[in-house]
Amino acid sequence: MSGFHWEWAFAWSTVPQLAEGVVVTVIATAAGSAIAFVLGLVWTFVRIAQIRLVTPAVWFFVQFIRGTPLLIQLYFLFYVLPTWGLTVSALATGIIGLGLFFSAYATEIYRAGIEDLPAGQWEAALALGLPIRRVWTGIILPQAIRAVLPMLGNIVVSMFKQTALLSTITVLELLAHGMAIGQMTYRFVEPLTLVGAFYFAVSYLSARALRSLETRDEVRA
Amino acid sequence: MTSPKSLWDFLPFFLGGVPVTLEVTFLAMAVAVPVAVILAIGRKSPHALVRWPAGFIIEFFRGSSALVQLFWAFYVLPLFGLNLPPLLCGVLVLGVNEGSYMSEVVRAGLDAVPKGQREAAMVLGLPAHYRLFRIILPQALPLMVPPFGNELITMLKFTALVSLVTIQDLSFRASLIGDTLGHSGPIFALTIVVYFVLALILGGLVHLLERAVARGAGRHVTGVAAPHGALLTTARPSPVPAWALGGGA
Repeated sequence: MSGFHWEWAFAWSTVPQLAEGVVVTVIATAAGSAIAFVLGLVWTFVRIAQIRLVTPAVWFFVQFIRGTPLLIQLYFLFYVLPTWGLTVSALATGIIGLGLFFSAYATEIYRAGIEDLPAGQWEAALALGLPIRRVWTGIILPQAIRAVLPMLGNIVVSMFKQTALLSTITVLELLAHGMAIGQMTYRFVEPLTLVGAFYFAVSYLSARALRSLETRDEVRA
Repeated sequence: MTSPKSLWDFLPFFLGGVPVTLEVTFLAMAVAVPVAVILAIGRKSPHALVRWPAGFIIEFFRGSSALVQLFWAFYVLPLFGLNLPPLLCGVLVLGVNEGSYMSEVVRAGLDAVPKGQREAAMVLGLPAHYRLFRIILPQALPLMVPPFGNELITMLKFTALVSLVTIQDLSFRASLIGDTLGHSGPIFALTIVVYFVLALILGGLVHLLERAVARGAGRHVTGVAAPHGALLTTARPSPVPAWALGGGA
């Protein structure tokens, strides 16, 4: 097994199957991000509110998630959720895993956004006598979240790349399809290279877009 | 004659993965640090022929999924006649991948050295390599120790991936034990805890190293405002006023 040559015809023939994987990858990224952003906000509120027992528990949970490998978290969910009577598909398990993992990072971003707001915003809200709910939903969160939007975008890009891990818990996403083609045809070069190129194209372009978003905001500020 | 095996029978085999995981972590880190320094310096080079490839490597490794890179190195490189043993393959991919991310840390560290240091070295007529190795890097490297410490923990978690290219680390052994026992939940619960404990231990060691470096740098680099204290402080008072937490929400 020495000769290697790239065959365009074969490369093209793998595209339809890889495209199926792309759809799953995109679904996982979108759903995982939604969970991460919502849960991250919940963790942030719990940590700001200093609730007895709950806040330390959430803090520990966040540290724990950040301190352990996503791969093992996915394995754990994959094998343990069914024993708890939660029979969900591998894809759903993966989405929950990604969402939980990245929520631990999102909460830091939200917190930074809220803490970086000028004190005058709080004082003005207090002076206006707004109800607390309106202070958060009308003044604090819109500004805080807008300020950290590029960083939240980075989470989506990271998650997009990490969805490749879902192939290890039998989710048929992009990498799993690439590997399946390789194992079926004994040709790994074309499918794996196309998979890599696709990840690179999407994350490189999104990272560039996010960077320009950041600099645009800096110019405005 | 054998009674059904329990998780505890496999414990020695499982814990045998700890040195493997640590070995991969430190080897990959030993690749990542020089890669990060070289890429960061390369990216600041005045020569486009150096700057461009450095930028390309950084974007390439940051841009695609680490697992895809690992599989590519493991399954595709042999077809080019490059048959790397799994450990080398894993260490190189993790090291260069993480090194590409860490090059940002190095860049920030280099930028943090006051401009006057560079200018003074130039005025003194010191050659470029002397400026870099004797003036800039000795001042920049201590600044990078705390972020590098964080990257060591990241690397520890990152190494779980190498189990997928047949390296017998903690994750690999956990999968094997799970398959043998027929139920994988408990062993993966244990695996998560072991990784967390390892991360705590490494975090503690990194903290000691930071303090040693901060003391050392404080002694040798007087006159430069050392921001170590600023980097180490973690707890700040929350600026969210108490009234905003009231029961209204």
